[in-house]
Amino acid sequence: MLSTLQPPRSLSLLPLRRFRNSKTIVSASSSTTSVISPPQSQILTTRRSLLSGETTAAEIAKSYLSRIRLTEPQLKCFLHVSENVLKDAQEIDQRIAKGEELGPLAGVLIGVKDNICTQGMPSTAASRILEHYRPPFDATAVKKIKELGGIVVGKTNMDEFGMGSTTEASAFQVTANPWDLSRVPGGSSGGSAAAVAARQCMVSLGSDTGGSVRQPASFCGVVGLKPTYGRVSRFGLMAYASSLDVIGCFGSTVADAGMLLHAISGYDRFDSTSSKQDVPEFQSQFLSVDHFESKPLNGVKVGIIRETLEDGVDSGVRSATQEAASHLEALGCVLTEVSLPSFSLGLPAYYVIASSESSSNLSRYDGVRYGNQVMAEELNKLYECSRGEGFGGEVKMRILMGTYALSAGYYDAYYKRAQQVRTLIRKDFKAALEQNDILISPAAPSAAYKIGEKKDDPLAMYAGDIMTVNVNLAGLPAMVLPCGLVEGGPSGLPVGLQMIGAAFDEEKLLKVGHIFEQTLKGSSFVPPLLANVP
Amino acid sequence: MSTTLFRTFQPNQFSLLGTSLLRRRRSNNFSVRSCGSQTTTTHEAKQSSPTRVAPKNHKSNKLDEILRDYEAVIGIETHVQLSTLTKAFCSCSNNYGSYPNISICPVCMGLPGALPVLNSKVVEFGVRLGLALNCDLSLKSKFDRKQYFYPDLPKGYQISQFDIPIASGGYVDLDIPLEFGGGHRRFGITRVHMEEDAGKLLHSDTGDYSQVDLNRAGVPLLEIVSEPDMRSGIEAAEYACEMQRIARYLGVSNGNMQEGSLRCDVNISIRPIGQAEFGTKVEIKNLNAFSAISRAIDFEISRQALLYNQGKADEIVTETRLWEEGAQKTVTMRKKEGLADYRYFPEPDLPEVILTKEYVDSIRASLPELPEAKRRRYEAMGLGMQDVLFLANDVSVAEYFDAVIGKGAEVKLAANWIMSDIAAYLKNEKLSINDIKLTPHELAELIAAIKDGTISGKIGKEILFELLAKGGTVKGMIKAKDLVQITDPVEIEKMVIQVVSENPKQLEQYRSGKTKLQGYFAGQVMKMSKGKANPGLLNKILLEKLNAKD
Repeated sequence: MLSTLQPPRSLSLLPLRRFRNSKTIVSASSSTTSVISPPQSQILTTRRSLLSGETTAAEIAKSYLSRIRLTEPQLKCFLHVSENVLKDAQEIDQRIAKGEELGPLAGVLIGVKDNICTQGMPSTAASRILEHYRPPFDATAVKKIKELGGIVVGKTNMDEFGMGSTTEASAFQVTANPWDLSRVPGGSSGGSAAAVAARQCMVSLGSDTGGSVRQPASFCGVVGLKPTYGRVSRFGLMAYASSLDVIGCFGSTVADAGMLLHAISGYDRFDSTSSKQDVPEFQSQFLSVDHFESKPLNGVKVGIIRETLEDGVDSGVRSATQEAASHLEALGCVLTEVSLPSFSLGLPAYYVIASSESSSNLSRYDGVRYGNQVMAEELNKLYECSRGEGFGGEVKMRILMGTYALSAGYYDAYYKRAQQVRTLIRKDFKAALEQNDILISPAAPSAAYKIGEKKDDPLAMYAGDIMTVNVNLAGLPAMVLPCGLVEGGPSGLPVGLQMIGAAFDEEKLLKVGHIFEQTLKGSSFVPPLLANVP
Repeated sequence: MSTTLFRTFQPNQFSLLGTSLLRRRRSNNFSVRSCGSQTTTTHEAKQSSPTRVAPKNHKSNKLDEILRDYEAVIGIETHVQLSTLTKAFCSCSNNYGSYPNISICPVCMGLPGALPVLNSKVVEFGVRLGLALNCDLSLKSKFDRKQYFYPDLPKGYQISQFDIPIASGGYVDLDIPLEFGGGHRRFGITRVHMEEDAGKLLHSDTGDYSQVDLNRAGVPLLEIVSEPDMRSGIEAAEYACEMQRIARYLGVSNGNMQEGSLRCDVNISIRPIGQAEFGTKVEIKNLNAFSAISRAIDFEISRQALLYNQGKADEIVTETRLWEEGAQKTVTMRKKEGLADYRYFPEPDLPEVILTKEYVDSIRASLPELPEAKRRRYEAMGLGMQDVLFLANDVSVAEYFDAVIGKGAEVKLAANWIMSDIAAYLKNEKLSINDIKLTPHELAELIAAIKDGTISGKIGKEILFELLAKGGTVKGMIKAKDLVQITDPVEIEKMVIQVVSENPKQLEQYRSGKTKLQGYFAGQVMKMSKGKANPGLLNKILLEKLNAKD
């Protein structure tokens, strides 16, 4: 079962020429395109080398820890690195020595976004108000990962409580993009995306409320998978907007993201919004390239969303998306253009709903039971000071917006209307997905921008979420995978392609994504930073 | 479990069963309802109406005059704490002692990342109560968040139901006790909704700090909102009492007011009689006894009527007032500055609550006979209203009574035994009717044995207490103690002759006109028979002998 992902022997299968007629696109390794092998699953590689005795979990852990030591001062992906990584790895080795059965994630090093609870390990959602907070329980996703042998490397940086698109809104540090240290990694799961891109961990967990997995995946050149709402338990995920939040996965390959998703999926009795839908065995989708037919995606209907390629989208991003569409066509897909009339309504509706829910969800951070408490003479002062000093500016702004939107007299005009828009968006997606197997669009209107560039312009930053928020409003699964590079930074900046599927049809996204990734020639999405790091 | 009405129910000045609470306050204390039987009216002075508590410095007759011009409009919000095994949204035990913060978990503490999961028993209890209150059920309802900050509210919001309650549009029927004028009433029920309780704040003696106890946080509640249909303190107290009774009949709550398992907030306004629009509404809290509800309302009516009468109607403001039991008055707790905005919105962590018709039907089928139905049935059996109210008041007593008459006992006799001797015994021994050893079957046997003359009523009472305490059968006890009534006239006559002849002095006095001495002779004969002589026969023969001219 694990042998399906062999290093390819031949890359001549698809005579596609990528990046033709595009000056904006820089090839990551210029003339060497034909020798770049498709990316390999790190999870499977790890398993293979552990089972064959080629190396030990401890050795692997050491190499990752040393890479963290080398790169972390520049990148600042982690808010906390676990002291137990080596110990956990040695336990895996002992199990191997005893001939015990290994879980599918044995020895896999996993970064966990800081808003996902890890028992006894700091979990702060990058907020002062939870500084030093250590939860007494693991999030269900983390619990599952541990049960399957995965090792939590540490807690990754993020925008405070997930509110932001650059990871600059972290109360503690700014994470750099491994492709260009002067740029943002995206957000809010910027730490998780950058850590995978920089190979500080093999895979990571993020959370996606309006694009917080997909946009940083695009900015960092990794695969980001946002599952269907309800596919993964939210228990232990610090709520930002409960009806939109999902835990998502990052990997350097589609297979890794898919296998991680499989590990954390399924109904959880501690989350009433988790689904009882069966979780298919995604792994059968990850065929090795040499098993591909000549047109491995023959007949797959792909709709390209017209509204995502209109004004406001960088030309480089637009052409990379069109290139990706051509690549899919070459693989056998039937490409059509689809229109989602409600598309532009999503962004304002999203910000109303997300802010409203967050204003309620963040009420529990009052300094009374846990987190930072500012002593005061009377109760209201205690609330004011604890929350005033505990929350950052972006969080306060959204709490204010949400409180306003839910206030008597405004509820109908904002919250209720936004819910009506949400219904419209769902309907449009449903119709488009009845005609198509998947929909594609860019993951973001641009590649990674400079740190500080949009810091004082929240509306510009919010506008960057336009590609992704609708998917959350509709609760659909979507995956972003690197599809090309645009100019910028020392050796180009990655651009991600977003694939959107029908509810609970992650399988199709993984299948199409995997074939797309394995047959995409011309660039390897390894950031230049790693050239100097062993 | 529910103890009996005899101990914990409510103050009652008319019966032996009055509680200490009653006696603690004032001799002419108010009583919500009479549980008394015909044998128990001697305990305290019989009063025909509750005392209206008037503000000091006002002559009550003048006040009565003023009150005649106004009508009170009263609605009640009742919170019923449900006796589920676990809390509403987590698996913490709902049964905790007084030690703080021992029944808590990440969910009811509102830790980051914790999510609520609905306890299905809460829905079941909601449906039960909704049906019992003749409500329409929402087959599709939902939860909402009611948002406000307070340290006893861990999440910063209470999970409640806002615009779609699980049940609405019902009513409740009840009977006003005779001593308060009697009569049947129907009060509308606006809605019943599910929600969670908050924790408790413990304030330090010095007032320097407060501590939070979250044992109660997340405990399930049903809130029952009445229509503003009540017009007096008595009606309101009777309404609250009926809510308690229904909750206990249904087994959804122990309904204990003192423990806070049943909490009533009263909304009250008054208006000049004839005026259609409502006056300014005042809310009264801290009512933890039915008597407090009635007295607080009567106080409030007087207070507001006086203000009206003195042309100070504008001093009646929308506010929350607190009932002070010690001072017997209401005082301002907080004035409401505008309407509180709770920013309700649908709880995104919980799915909608969908009820199927089959589910509702199955619950409907499992409902017990409710207090109103019981009362009507007892009434139809020919019992007087006082008996009806007494017997239907406590579900255990009603069940016991039903079992006794189910064994064929005569209705009135069964009622009398339960309401007098058994009730007195329970009160003295501080027991519940569920604790006694006398089975309904044996009580029926006892009643039958007296009725058919096997034993005398006096003997019956004597063995009753032994049966109550130790159990056993009536037949066995009659046999073992040789208690069969003497109904043979010859045997009785023998004893009469002996007694008469042994008391020549008394006989002479009797015959010279002191006929009261008949009782003395009867007592002597009864003593000689060890209480077994049939009293009717005894008296008949005794009279013959005493009056015989020999």
